[in-house]
Amino acid sequence: MSRYVIGRIGQALVVLWAAFTVSFILLQALPGDAILIKFLNPELGLGPEQIADIRASYAADTPLWSQYLHTIANFLTGRFGYSVQAGVPVSALLLANLPPTLWLATFGFLLAVILAISISFVSVLLPLPRLRAFFHSIPSLFISTPVFWLGILLIQVFSFQLKLIPVISPGPWEVLVLPVLTLAVPISAPLAQVLMRNIDHVLTEPFVAVARAKGASHGWVVWKHVAKNAVLPTLTIGGILFGELLAGAVVTEAVFGLNGIGSLTQHAVSSQDIAVLQALVVFSAAAFVLINLTVDLLYPIFDPRLRIQKGAVA
Amino acid sequence: MSGINTTGRSLLRGDAGILENSSSFRSSLALAGARLVTKARSIQLGLVASWCVIAVVVLWALFPAWFTSHSGTVGVARQQLRAPSTEHWLGTDALGRDLLARIIHGASQSLSGAFVAVGVGLLVGTALGLIAGSARGRMDGVIMRGVDVLLSIPQLLLSLSIVILLGFGTVNAAIAVGVTAIASFARLARSEVVRVRASDYVEAAFGSGGTFSRVLWRHILPNSLTSVIAFAALQFGWAILTISTLGFLGYGAPPPTPEWGLLIAEGRNYIARAWWLTTVPGLVVILVVLSANRISQSFGKVRT
Amino acid sequence: MSTALNINSPTSRLSNVPALEIGNLAVSYRSHGEDHRVVHDVSLEVRPGEVVALVGESGSGKTTTAQAAIGLLAQNGRVESGSIRLNGTDISGWPQKRLDSIRGSKISLIPQDPTSSLNPVKTIGEQVAEVLQIHRQGRGTEIEARVIELLARVGLSQPELRAKQYPHELSGGMRQRVLIAIAIALKPALIIADEPTSALDVTVQKRILDLIDELRDEYGTAVLLVTHDLGVAADRSNRIVVLKNGRVQEQGPTDEVLAAPRSDYTRKLLSDAPSLGKGRYVISRVKDGSPADADHAVIVENLVQDFHLSARRATFRAVDDISFTVRRGTTHAIVGESGSGKTTTARSIVGFNKPSSGRIVVDGIDVTSLSGESLRRFRKTIQLVYQNPFASLDPRQTIFQVIEEPLLNFDPLPREERVRKVEAILDRVGLPQAVLARKPHALSGGQRQRVAIARALVLEPKILVLDEAVSALDVTVQAQILRLLDELQQALGLTYLFISHDLAVVRQISDTVSVLHNGRLVDEGPVEDVFQNPGSAYTRELIAAIPGQRNAFLENSVLNGASQ
Repeated sequence: MSRYVIGRIGQALVVLWAAFTVSFILLQALPGDAILIKFLNPELGLGPEQIADIRASYAADTPLWSQYLHTIANFLTGRFGYSVQAGVPVSALLLANLPPTLWLATFGFLLAVILAISISFVSVLLPLPRLRAFFHSIPSLFISTPVFWLGILLIQVFSFQLKLIPVISPGPWEVLVLPVLTLAVPISAPLAQVLMRNIDHVLTEPFVAVARAKGASHGWVVWKHVAKNAVLPTLTIGGILFGELLAGAVVTEAVFGLNGIGSLTQHAVSSQDIAVLQALVVFSAAAFVLINLTVDLLYPIFDPRLRIQKGAVA
Repeated sequence: MSGINTTGRSLLRGDAGILENSSSFRSSLALAGARLVTKARSIQLGLVASWCVIAVVVLWALFPAWFTSHSGTVGVARQQLRAPSTEHWLGTDALGRDLLARIIHGASQSLSGAFVAVGVGLLVGTALGLIAGSARGRMDGVIMRGVDVLLSIPQLLLSLSIVILLGFGTVNAAIAVGVTAIASFARLARSEVVRVRASDYVEAAFGSGGTFSRVLWRHILPNSLTSVIAFAALQFGWAILTISTLGFLGYGAPPPTPEWGLLIAEGRNYIARAWWLTTVPGLVVILVVLSANRISQSFGKVRT
Repeated sequence: MSTALNINSPTSRLSNVPALEIGNLAVSYRSHGEDHRVVHDVSLEVRPGEVVALVGESGSGKTTTAQAAIGLLAQNGRVESGSIRLNGTDISGWPQKRLDSIRGSKISLIPQDPTSSLNPVKTIGEQVAEVLQIHRQGRGTEIEARVIELLARVGLSQPELRAKQYPHELSGGMRQRVLIAIAIALKPALIIADEPTSALDVTVQKRILDLIDELRDEYGTAVLLVTHDLGVAADRSNRIVVLKNGRVQEQGPTDEVLAAPRSDYTRKLLSDAPSLGKGRYVISRVKDGSPADADHAVIVENLVQDFHLSARRATFRAVDDISFTVRRGTTHAIVGESGSGKTTTARSIVGFNKPSSGRIVVDGIDVTSLSGESLRRFRKTIQLVYQNPFASLDPRQTIFQVIEEPLLNFDPLPREERVRKVEAILDRVGLPQAVLARKPHALSGGQRQRVAIARALVLEPKILVLDEAVSALDVTVQAQILRLLDELQQALGLTYLFISHDLAVVRQISDTVSVLHNGRLVDEGPVEDVFQNPGSAYTRELIAAIPGQRNAFLENSVLNGASQ
């Protein structure tokens, strides 16, 4: 067991290291000295000493492999370089922008989970086949909807038509309602699709027929037998959902003009702020790897089949 | 022994198959049967409609002039922000350009972009997956770890990074979207190859003296590509969505170009006055993506 | 051999109201928007304490009838007409909610496949307790005690431990015992046993059927036993109902049906069932005296096959020091239950596995020394036919392409020559030329297996390895394929290596036999010698477990047939 854990952690670290290296090669090594030249831009107002500091932190005057090692060491100690645009350390930018996105993402994710679970379970529990089919088709509609368009539509309907949420100076909660809804819809769609596929599959399993033969009602079967078997495998798409969450945050923050990691990403791309982008890439790869690692390590706790691997032959 | 246990299911399959042939004259006898036949047709109706949507959009892309006499890029003075009317079915934008014309002319942008994106993902991803699945061993390990790395970076972030490298623009955005699709194509292709390789008929082909390349060509490739093709159709819809997202964020086609995502981005400044500018292009995107997904589903069903 | 218990005088205990009475039942399935009737006008009854066997091949409607009886038809299934009376009450029109109150308590189910019939994420105890909870039979500790009692009753050792375990920690036989415990928990009037042992090894099958018999005797429960195996039906039932294409062909007391079948179909089933049939297809070709080495098509010496388990670098010995020889033109059977190493042995002989040690000589060629091109050339000598004809043919090829393909792999032949060869071999295996343009999915299981045999024979090999090649087929189809194999052997002088779990089939077709158990050879010799004087306790157990031996006259007929 512990051997598996160590192996799995090692694999995660390798992926993380490779992601870092790829981003280094793509973003930093190829343009050569291009980043550093940008710091000479007088608009940033950096003095020669600060520029010298920045050059030193990148080890700009040493060969490429040394720069690479240097950058790794920097990343490991939490120094992600300097923003070309703002002239401040990237870590400061990340820290400043993390909290609003964290709130948005947390609420969006929770709403998405609630949406996905209700849609998928309602779609098997409803008595009328037509209603079931209707709920069954919701996720494919959600998945085909452009997130940015949905956000604009929500603003149009709730702020301009119904005037429920003020456009100018909304309250601290009001400001979050539409973005959270916008973010939740695209996240809930793949979740609901996976859930429905699993539910449909589990419902055809012979143990469901056995439970019915015991006298269990449809509802009892769904809650006591289908639910756990269908929900467990959805854990494995946790990492992918994180990526969706980040992409959703980029678009949502752009539509609603919010500050956060998403708008930071967008600005970094627009102004070709490579140091920020590299930090974001490494940061999100780390989050992805961490989520998948956690899911893999936690899975055996929920699924007894993976718990006892010792002594099991073939 | 496994064959014996499936009696219940094979019964259904077998009888359905036998009875299907004689179904034509039977259905005319039973009223209930006839009602059910119409229901079966209505299920296929969605698929037919999907093909129609795609056909229309393809025609838009190929021959925009057939559908509109207005220009997609040049506006008419003093016709700004007109509501939908008989002259401008979908109204005009802030520069007096006909919205319908811009949507029709934009089809070629979205479709060609999606083609490039899916093409990149399909070709590179499937090639990697095929090599990994058939070579196995160390090669497999290296390729699949590379795929893991690609997967570990969120798709939007990855495509944004590539856009930075290549520069903004329609083709570059499409390539960037395609690169993010490589990983999933590679994974699918590999798992299909591994599945087909493990089948009895592939072993039988080796057992009757087939060389590796012949078995690969005759059995493994044709049988693993079916679901890859179905997946490509699914990715087509996804690529249209993602490209429009990049367009909306401003990294795709440059402004006068009538790209669908860009249309929505330009229209959002007028949501209070001209709702049609954002709503309609979004609905078009939804329709096209839904249709592509529905069609890919029908491919998936053929496989079994 | 008294494998059946207490069914010699059933009438004494029978009351007048049948536990189950099905009258003129018609069931249809809806697919592609149309109803297809699969059960027509089926009537039968099961009296308390009685076992009625519902016998038929795939597509006969036996499982559908059983599912209708317990109200658990598939989503698209519907009872069109007829009555289903449980203890005199017609339940055919009942809504699911009302059926829920009697399922598990008055009528229960023993399912087909114990592996997938238990919820993998719930403990055994929870799943047995569930039936008591649903029907509100006691609470908390009471239920716990009853669960342990039930698990002990169905013969599980350490019931307290079992209750805490998960399904994957139990063997197939143990899981089926758990499912039986669930079925008997509330002492229902009727148990529907749907192929309860088809997925189990033959020795386990016997123990499970014994347990069902014993419990039925103890509780006086009626049992509707759905089975494809006429031998099982013969051993275990009071009465037999024979179904074909959804219609009852014949029904009556088991002894009468077996002794004097009235319908042609039943007669055919009886003659084709290997365990009940009229004996061998073939006259033994094993002559006395030890033949010269050159006479051996296959020589296996001290074969050992180890597999490396990825976890903890352990090795697993699948085949442990096996030796045997096969004379040219004869059939040698390798018999064993799952995990005996029989398939591994077969794969080593055809060159798919490299043995860990030992020597294999096929037609004078040392297989263990082959690799690359020489191994490819060797394929012309020996061919393998797989168990599942649904998986062994490429679904995208036409039948012509399937059979032609081996010819393309060796010395190039002109197209006309290939067409001629394919047509000739198709004729040999008894298929019409019309199938050549079709794809495998348009063929029945038996036809597909003929195609697989044709593909194996088109290279004119000397030896054919048949890996459970008839196990997935219905008995009548199985009999046809066995007859075909015999014809081919006589016409072409083939040597067969016949891998099977089914001793009855082995007895019909093979000349010599090796019995494997846990990778070791436990018995060998001419097939009748092994059957008459089993050399090991395991072989004796295997032979005793063959279903269909209840009636002495049947056994005699088998023996007479054998000596004819």
